[in-house]
Amino acid sequence: MKWYVQALGKRKVVEFLLLIVFVVFFLGPLLNLLILAVSGKWQYPAALPQSWSLQWWQFVLSQDDVLQSISLSFLIATVVTVCSIIVCVPAAYAFARISFPLSKWFLFSFLLTHAFPKMGLYVSIAVLFYKFGLMNTFVGIVLIHMVNTLMYMTWIPASAFRSVHQAQEESARDVGAGPLRVFWKITFPMAFPGIMVASIFTFLASLDEAQGTLLVGIPDFKTMPIIMYSIIADYPNTTGAVFSVILTLPTVILLVAARKFVSADVLSGGFQVK
Amino acid sequence: MNTTVESQLSIRNLSKVFKTGDGVRNISLDIAKGEMVTLLGPSGCGKTTVLRSIGGFLEPDHGDILIRGNSVLNLPPEKRPTAMVFQSYNLWPHMTVYENLAFGLKIRKYKKPDIEREVTAALELVQLSSAASKNPTQLSGGQQQRVALARALLLKPDVLLLDEPFSALDAKLRMEMREELRDIQTLTEMTMVFVTHDQEEALSISDRIVVMHGGQIEQLSTPQEIYDAPQSSFVASFIGRINVLKGVSDGQHITVGELRVPNPNVALPIGDCIVAVRPEDIYLSTQAGGLEGQIRQVMVLGHYAEISVNYKEETLKVFVPREQAATLHPGQSISLMFHKMNVFPAISVSEVAPRQEAHA
Ligand SMILES: Nc1ncnc2c1ncn2[C@@H]1O[C@H](COP(=O)(O)OP(=O)(O)OP(=O)(O)O)[C@@H](O)[C@H]1O
Ligand SMILES: [Mg+2]
Repeated sequence: MKWYVQALGKRKVVEFLLLIVFVVFFLGPLLNLLILAVSGKWQYPAALPQSWSLQWWQFVLSQDDVLQSISLSFLIATVVTVCSIIVCVPAAYAFARISFPLSKWFLFSFLLTHAFPKMGLYVSIAVLFYKFGLMNTFVGIVLIHMVNTLMYMTWIPASAFRSVHQAQEESARDVGAGPLRVFWKITFPMAFPGIMVASIFTFLASLDEAQGTLLVGIPDFKTMPIIMYSIIADYPNTTGAVFSVILTLPTVILLVAARKFVSADVLSGGFQVK
Repeated sequence: MNTTVESQLSIRNLSKVFKTGDGVRNISLDIAKGEMVTLLGPSGCGKTTVLRSIGGFLEPDHGDILIRGNSVLNLPPEKRPTAMVFQSYNLWPHMTVYENLAFGLKIRKYKKPDIEREVTAALELVQLSSAASKNPTQLSGGQQQRVALARALLLKPDVLLLDEPFSALDAKLRMEMREELRDIQTLTEMTMVFVTHDQEEALSISDRIVVMHGGQIEQLSTPQEIYDAPQSSFVASFIGRINVLKGVSDGQHITVGELRVPNPNVALPIGDCIVAVRPEDIYLSTQAGGLEGQIRQVMVLGHYAEISVNYKEETLKVFVPREQAATLHPGQSISLMFHKMNVFPAISVSEVAPRQEAHA
């Protein structure tokens, strides 16, 4: 054993230990979830289920409100993402290009929406929504989701826009492109990975959002996470597992599809305060 | 200078003052077709301000800029017949080198075969034919600047503007690039305005040099004239190495210490003056008759030697041939005489440029 450790070298051993920690803490629960979702009978001391079954999938997918909630969730997430892009990308560009007084504070204030206990913030927003008749409406839900996504959608693209140098834009003007063409052919494509990453975050955050939706959407708007709460309360664990897998799937699919953009670089770049 | 219509580029009384009070004032300049003119000066003297005004990236407060006789002041950068190479970040990393070069031609609605021909020729000119399909990020700093140069050249601008295009490169590469640029300039006969704060670079590639200081033109002449006949103590001390001494003028003669020499500058007012002598214009002799100094240091630098001589409280630099250096040693008393010198009216010391080393 000792020779083996020596042959590997300290760094490899540390790497290996880190890998184990990663597997135990991140992949372990996921694996457990996957197994649970396809198990029939699984009693405590056993490492694996005694029988396998897809019966809970059948049950979950046969529920009308489940299917409805899935399509509602995706619809909301799409609308939230599109609206966030429309609102935030121009703002991000402004933050990146125009240095007006307090612009740093403005950017910082987006962090504040994440600093309070969410429920407190939502309740105060709900009071406003009552006044404007936005409770139990689609628009209301989209708005409450956007409270959360504003931060990603402004910070990350702003930093992406900042990474486009003035000389790069001016070079394009210089060879004959007007301001609009410069934006579409130079600035936007160069900032695109950052915008893409932010959009994915936004989409996923909206898909997972439960607290605000619960508060504003009651009683008519039941998204996936909302349904999940009630099903977990009423049915065996397995249903919860099935649901979690359904909720996780889009995340995994989106992240894999966009892994070209989700480089460590872009992510870390997204959280610099400049 | 003549301000006839033949001037390729003509700048008339250009002023641009920023809120901070910095900027340029009253710049007038005429550049002939095919000429290479360098704007030279210390950091912050306004070189970039002038260049960006020509390119259309800054709006001047006063004055006019004419290209081939027509004012371009009302044209945005994309409409001006100029092309610019910036110090860095010229290229677009989401496009290949080929696409970078083709971008401007596509906007001009060139046909595909024409674009291909032009881009290939431009890449050949900068010796980067093999890089067409590469991404700019795969190129070295020098190669990137060459691509930027090719992109500017291929648009065949009336005036090519270069803002310290090589300053981010290391010394050896910078020297190669400057030779290459001069070759390309001779070959294409393109009118160029080149900005640098490196006097050696300016002396080596320019037809004429504009020395700028504090937002104004100090002198506009050929490199030779700038070096031999600087018109101000600033130019004298900024270009090349020079020794500065105090002197007194009586109109006919200048007295520096024990030395009395004819006054070369008729315009010089009587009284205190500044005497500037280049290290190669000082003659060292063991016979008395000049300024009496003492050798402090002998540094052999290849084919010549640099001698430091203490004279009163000053230390003067003298260049001598290697053979003579062998006969000199520290501590030795020596007499200094001048082959040639420049004299200027006495001014406050702050107006004399800080010592610039000739090599980077
Ligand atoms: N946009 C601006 N706003 C305010 N002041 C400016 C602006 N651009 C330049 N300046 C100031 O104007 C002066 C001239 O600047 P400029 O960039 O032309 O100098 P430069 O000769 O190119 O110097 P360097 O060699 O450092 O590039 C400087 O003092 C600079 O600080
Ligand atoms: Mg500059």
